[in-house]
Amino acid sequence: MADTKAPPVKPVRVPDARSARAVLVRRARELALVPALLLLLLLGALLNDSFFTEDTLISILASSAALAMVVLAESLVLITGKFDLSLESVVGVAPAVAALLVLPAAQAGWGTELPAGLALLAIPLVGAVIGAFNGILVVKVKLNAFIVTLAMLIILRGLLVGATKGKTLFGMPDAFFSLATSTFLRIPLSVWVAAAAFAVAGLVLKYHRVGRSLYAIGGNLEAARAAGIRVDRVRLGVYVVAGVLASLGGLMYTGYVGAIGANQGQNMIFTVFAAAVIGGISLDGGRGTMFGALTGVLLLGVVKTMLTMAQVPSFWIDAIYGGIILVALMIARLTTGRAQD
Amino acid sequence: MSASDSPVVPLVEARDIVKRYGPTTALADGRLTVLPGESHALVGRNGAGKSTLVRVLTGLEAPDEGTVRFDGEPAPALTDRDAWRRKVACVYQHPTVVPELTVAENLFINRQPLQRGFISWRRLRGEAARLLDTWDVRVDPDARTADLKVEDRQMVEIARALSFGARFIILDEPTAQLDNREIERLFARMRGLQDSGVTFLFISHHLQEVYEVCQTVTVLRDARWITTAPVAELPRAALVEAMAGESIEVIAEQGLRERAVDDAAPVLLDARGLTSEAYQNVDLTVRRGEVVGLAGSSASGKIELAEAFAGLRTPTGGTAELDGERLKFGSVQAALGAGVGCVPRDRHEQGLVAGMSIGDNSTMTVLDRLGRFGFIGTDRKRGFAAELIDRLDIHAEGPEQPVSALSGGNAQKVVMARALASEPRLLVLINPTAGVDVKSKESLLARVDSAREDGTAVLVVSDELDDLRRCDRVLVLFHGRVVAEHSAGWRDHELIASIEGVDHG
Repeated sequence: MADTKAPPVKPVRVPDARSARAVLVRRARELALVPALLLLLLLGALLNDSFFTEDTLISILASSAALAMVVLAESLVLITGKFDLSLESVVGVAPAVAALLVLPAAQAGWGTELPAGLALLAIPLVGAVIGAFNGILVVKVKLNAFIVTLAMLIILRGLLVGATKGKTLFGMPDAFFSLATSTFLRIPLSVWVAAAAFAVAGLVLKYHRVGRSLYAIGGNLEAARAAGIRVDRVRLGVYVVAGVLASLGGLMYTGYVGAIGANQGQNMIFTVFAAAVIGGISLDGGRGTMFGALTGVLLLGVVKTMLTMAQVPSFWIDAIYGGIILVALMIARLTTGRAQD
Repeated sequence: MSASDSPVVPLVEARDIVKRYGPTTALADGRLTVLPGESHALVGRNGAGKSTLVRVLTGLEAPDEGTVRFDGEPAPALTDRDAWRRKVACVYQHPTVVPELTVAENLFINRQPLQRGFISWRRLRGEAARLLDTWDVRVDPDARTADLKVEDRQMVEIARALSFGARFIILDEPTAQLDNREIERLFARMRGLQDSGVTFLFISHHLQEVYEVCQTVTVLRDARWITTAPVAELPRAALVEAMAGESIEVIAEQGLRERAVDDAAPVLLDARGLTSEAYQNVDLTVRRGEVVGLAGSSASGKIELAEAFAGLRTPTGGTAELDGERLKFGSVQAALGAGVGCVPRDRHEQGLVAGMSIGDNSTMTVLDRLGRFGFIGTDRKRGFAAELIDRLDIHAEGPEQPVSALSGGNAQKVVMARALASEPRLLVLINPTAGVDVKSKESLLARVDSAREDGTAVLVVSDELDDLRRCDRVLVLFHGRVVAEHSAGWRDHELIASIEGVDHG
């Protein structure tokens, strides 16, 4: 047996200054976007007097909350080294199902007219079911994550259009909008919820075995498996959690807009990936922090608000927004000094 | 162990191990007995069954027949990973750590110390530092594992294995990626760990390392156990003979087909002072109509050197001239233009596009000659491909057949066809007969002979002695340096001895 534990007696090494500096460098990478964010805020304040006001800042946060939830969801999936494109359709489908459950048939609903509380519970449930479906196809059946979730994106979008006959749903009970309308310390509830979700996710990723296992799986699948991590189970779970988070993002979006269009969430996934990658989440998996992802979201939110306030003609706003995202990616590449693989 | 005359219980004992993968028998008679506290070498040529034995010993696969015992007790069930981890660990050439995580976290991955359900990073760092100190591994526990040098990464993996309670560590070619000083440090550490009771199974292609650091050696050949002996009682010649399977006298006949290479033939390839991470200061010349072989172990740098000529890599220093013109490195296009044809290392990875047809694959290098302005004449392509199929004796339905439907031998012929299609002046062949049957092998090697007769210069890189036997001379690389040159008619044991590094330093 292993009865020979006597290790050689050797002087104990004292950690040198180099390690302290290495820690600092790692920190700096995580905070890479903060100077850019501050610079943008400064620029906004210089360009427009009403930019640096409480109202504007709150509106930036309020308009970013839904995006933040989906970026959070996508980041978790990306860290495990997978993809989920269908999250943008979940943003539309999940609240729409709830709305169809409450609305009377006369208002294009299914006529079940469930109480609002019950219907709201359906939202995370729908997100979880879609996430589980994606997860089973990707993790268990081992289909390509990109294509599976792309197909799901299209299917869910089609189902939403079909179920609503392309019409916009409105007239839901107030509970559907309360996340965006009710405030605490003048800040909408949706912002608090998103902030809390980021805080919890950040803590779990940093301080919980399950959270650390996401990094291990995305960084080196075989090493994770060899370390006894239940790789498939964790990945499947991440898909489910991502679906739930995106569905909550959908509810926030509904509250912010005040109705559910058949195109709710459409084209959002592009912004989601951009925010995640700008924020330092690797598309190859195993790398990135919640703080980084959050700064990515805020950066895009600030840019969007600045464009609107600068009264850029709405026909051009997409082109400019896309261009700025491209530039932001390049700047992030330079400041982090890392390949965005 | 109290009675002095009772035999020591072996730490690891594998008996009569048989392992088959489909029709191939990877291990027909695997045996291994490792005594506690020794460093035991496992040697054998490629395909001798070493890796299979390691997979069985580490519980990654169950043997079809035979038993593995640890300390006299039967091995744990295959699914009981924790039990295996307490017995044995293998440090592979490829890392089994998560690169983005810190050293400390890699040591305690999925068993991080918890405080009320949450990870205590302070304790994690403390325990990691203590573990590293215990085994005298001088690595910063907070370093990103991807930033570690190979030797440090290996020590971290060893420390992790020891922390699970394993005292039997398999090192799978640990020296392959290390330079000489690092190898010396590794050996010093191995001896230190051995003194504190760790047992090693050491796998290496470099026999002199076996003599340096091991006490016992087991030889496998052709999936069978050949011998186990104390290294002190097995002189190098006997060890090489055990690995090669041929005694020194038998081989006199081999490879004596002398070919007259015209010494006056002009030098076609002239390389001077080529240097990169994998090789240092290599000079090399190949004459018109000459076939030169490059031999060496997998870490010798022979493949990297050959790939430089084909434009697949850029050396850091040195020059090469082809027919008086300077070869541009790092560009396959330029190499093709200069007249270099190449059969790359791995036909699946670099040689073929599996979904495309034979015609498309074999003409891939010469499309500019088959039509004007980038358009490809379909008929010309088909004609060209049909001629290549005929010339190389490829058994196929026709140019339209996808290469994925071909056998290994015929697929390799398509790769050869692609290399020959551009009518190269220098033909670089890397493992040209890897994984092909005997008949295809002969037909492929016959191409080498006819290329030679056409006045092509040929560079053959191979692990197969049969490939190298065709060469007019064979250069042997060892740790990136040319250490020997054998002209045609060499004996197997001589070449193997220089490949394994036992006839020099």
